[in-house]
Amino acid sequence: MDLKFTPEEIAFQHEVRSFIAENYPAELRARRKLEREFDKREYLSWHRILAQKGWVAPSWPREHGGTDWTPAKKYIFSNELALAGTIPLIGFGLNLAAPVIWTYGNQAQKDYFLPRIYNGVDWWCQGYSEPGAGSDLAGLRTRAVRDGDHYVINGSKTWTTLAQHADMMFCLVRTDADAKPQAGISFLLVDMKTPGISVRPIITLDGGHEVNEIFLEDVRTPVANRIGNENEGWTYAKVLLGHERSGIAGVARSKQQIARLKKIASDTQEEGRPLLLDPDFAHRLAALEVELLALEFTDLRTLAALNAGQSPGAESSILKIKGTEIQQRITELMLEAAGIYGAPDLRGMNLDGDNFMGISAELGGIAPDYLNMRKSSIYGGSNEIQRNIIAKAVLGL
Amino acid sequence: MDFSFTEEQVLLRNSVQRYIQDKYSFEARKTILASEAGWSRDNWRAFAELGLLAAPFAEEYGGFGGGALEAMIIMEEFGKGLVVEPYLQTVVLCGGLINLAGSAAQKSEYLPKIASGELIMALAHAEPQGRFNLADILTRAEKGGDGFVLNGAKAVVTAAPWAGKLIIPARTSGAQRDRRGVTLFIVDKNAPGISCRDYPTIDGQRASEISFENVKAGGNAVLGGVGAGLAILEEAVDRAIAAQCAEAVGCMRVLTDATVEYCKTRKQFGQPIGKFQVLQHRMVDMFMECEQSLSMTYMVNLKLDEGEAERIRAASAAKAQIGKAGRFVGQQAIQLHGGMGMTDELNVGHYFKRLTMIDAQFGNVDYHLKRFAAAGQTDR
Repeated sequence: MDLKFTPEEIAFQHEVRSFIAENYPAELRARRKLEREFDKREYLSWHRILAQKGWVAPSWPREHGGTDWTPAKKYIFSNELALAGTIPLIGFGLNLAAPVIWTYGNQAQKDYFLPRIYNGVDWWCQGYSEPGAGSDLAGLRTRAVRDGDHYVINGSKTWTTLAQHADMMFCLVRTDADAKPQAGISFLLVDMKTPGISVRPIITLDGGHEVNEIFLEDVRTPVANRIGNENEGWTYAKVLLGHERSGIAGVARSKQQIARLKKIASDTQEEGRPLLLDPDFAHRLAALEVELLALEFTDLRTLAALNAGQSPGAESSILKIKGTEIQQRITELMLEAAGIYGAPDLRGMNLDGDNFMGISAELGGIAPDYLNMRKSSIYGGSNEIQRNIIAKAVLGL
Repeated sequence: MDFSFTEEQVLLRNSVQRYIQDKYSFEARKTILASEAGWSRDNWRAFAELGLLAAPFAEEYGGFGGGALEAMIIMEEFGKGLVVEPYLQTVVLCGGLINLAGSAAQKSEYLPKIASGELIMALAHAEPQGRFNLADILTRAEKGGDGFVLNGAKAVVTAAPWAGKLIIPARTSGAQRDRRGVTLFIVDKNAPGISCRDYPTIDGQRASEISFENVKAGGNAVLGGVGAGLAILEEAVDRAIAAQCAEAVGCMRVLTDATVEYCKTRKQFGQPIGKFQVLQHRMVDMFMECEQSLSMTYMVNLKLDEGEAERIRAASAAKAQIGKAGRFVGQQAIQLHGGMGMTDELNVGHYFKRLTMIDAQFGNVDYHLKRFAAAGQTDR
């Protein structure tokens, strides 16, 4: 065991840091904090810059464009991105679709889809949840019926994140209605431009448009777009769920958010001193930082195990639960710090100059963030489901 | 000891309930929020006709001679309907201040207009730097002409965009957080030198940032004596807290009931999710927080007249409970509704937003725990 970075790793850290400083688009850097929703072009601009450098998917296998970085280097890389506050890379293609394609896809699928994901040509969305199948995903009802070289898909998907931008959707569909719930499911890759697909926005309580409903009506998808065998999609998806959870701890982002929180709390006066020095506030902030430090080392242990060839087990549910609880607590403390200035809803308003007198754009985004972050203990398998997984698979209860 | 309501109070609750049911559906509220004004004058007129705006005032000023309990009943039902019209600001806060400290002339001038629905008022107490401390005031009122001249700024003044008059605490003497030297002024919102920046709030109300530049206030604009404003302001805010606790209880009750109902019908893994023990216990905790909050709401409303120290402890204790419970109940209502709870379409998120904003209004949990503790120490 050794915690120190090697000189080579420290050099790498500097290399990453200066790459970000020199190449992160100026227009993204200038974005006001209040404008929370980035558009597709903005997401892809940074994706493509990293792709060009060969850094967009460090964890992919070498042959498909990944790196041979050690876990320490991967950790340094994602840490630097988060600390710099860069626009997040949307993971539906990079972290979710790609591993299934390279693990279970055929050569043609690998050759066609992986480079397009890597280079940000296709935007992917995940067609899993349905109105009647949330936590109980295997209860999904969207049907795919074979018709020659095609499947004809009918049904609907919901909570589909950023589907409004998507070119492709990987989805689970029922191909055998008579089998046991998990046994009759297949894994299909669907072109979002296929006739019969409609995408309807779901506006969330913070007023944002992130998630969507997708309706599928006689959607014809080539059988060639099926991953692996018919009726075995559930097995493939389970592997993918493991990947979804491994990235979910969000330690580096949380660190960056805590730094932001400290800045806000030191700029906020309470009783003639910075809020940061208020004993109650300082106590809660410290408790949160301690939790995050523990999570960081749990995350590193998981990363090390992964590197030693172990597959991400049910332990990664810890990362999801603790990671999202911490993210939520951070937004809660931010809202506390904002005080009465959490109330103004400044979306769509011009914040230039002194239009709003005392209110900074920074404070304007805090309440929407708090509201929006409630989703994190619901998505990706709710935290209740994650606890069930640990109880069953780890504790053997 | 008696926690029962009088026949009149039961009738009052029934009439508010009926109005909310008939005229203030979630859809109707949505239309109000989306309108240019952001509130409904028709509703306000109806509240006046039902006697709600007159309820807490003495009969000689056009009121019905009620008090805190009437306001509590009204606000609890308003909470269930997520009413955005400025009952708390106009009737409870500003009407309350005038009732507490106004001269006979001021009471005769303003209270009948409030009771009849003619006049909307807003209290401009918070300042950009002040957070929750009511004494943290930089706005200055200097002697000039036959009265005072006001300069300064106020923050997040709820209902100001709708108001005809503002009540403004300003410094006639003393430094930023001194308890002495605060004077209350009643000023026309359209007075020269007042500029407002209006905006909606996260929970669907409207508020303003207001600045004062050489705003003239005549000698008769002073409410409750020069330099004597803070104690009155604190009492009025404590009374508003008591009413707001009732509103929060109304919100929590709706959320708890809706969550229990949803968990009875939503099926996953072949059974209603309400059958899972972990969710049952969560809902039991929500229910208990509702009950504890209701108890605190009764407690504070019954103790408002028991002397300053007792009132402060009661108001701060109740507000701390409401803040803590509102957060828990709101967050769990979202969690147990799953993705549906995250949508703008379902009412659950809107109650959650209101509860979230109530916590920060008039001081959050931390602020009131400190105030509760400090009030206990000076007692001994």
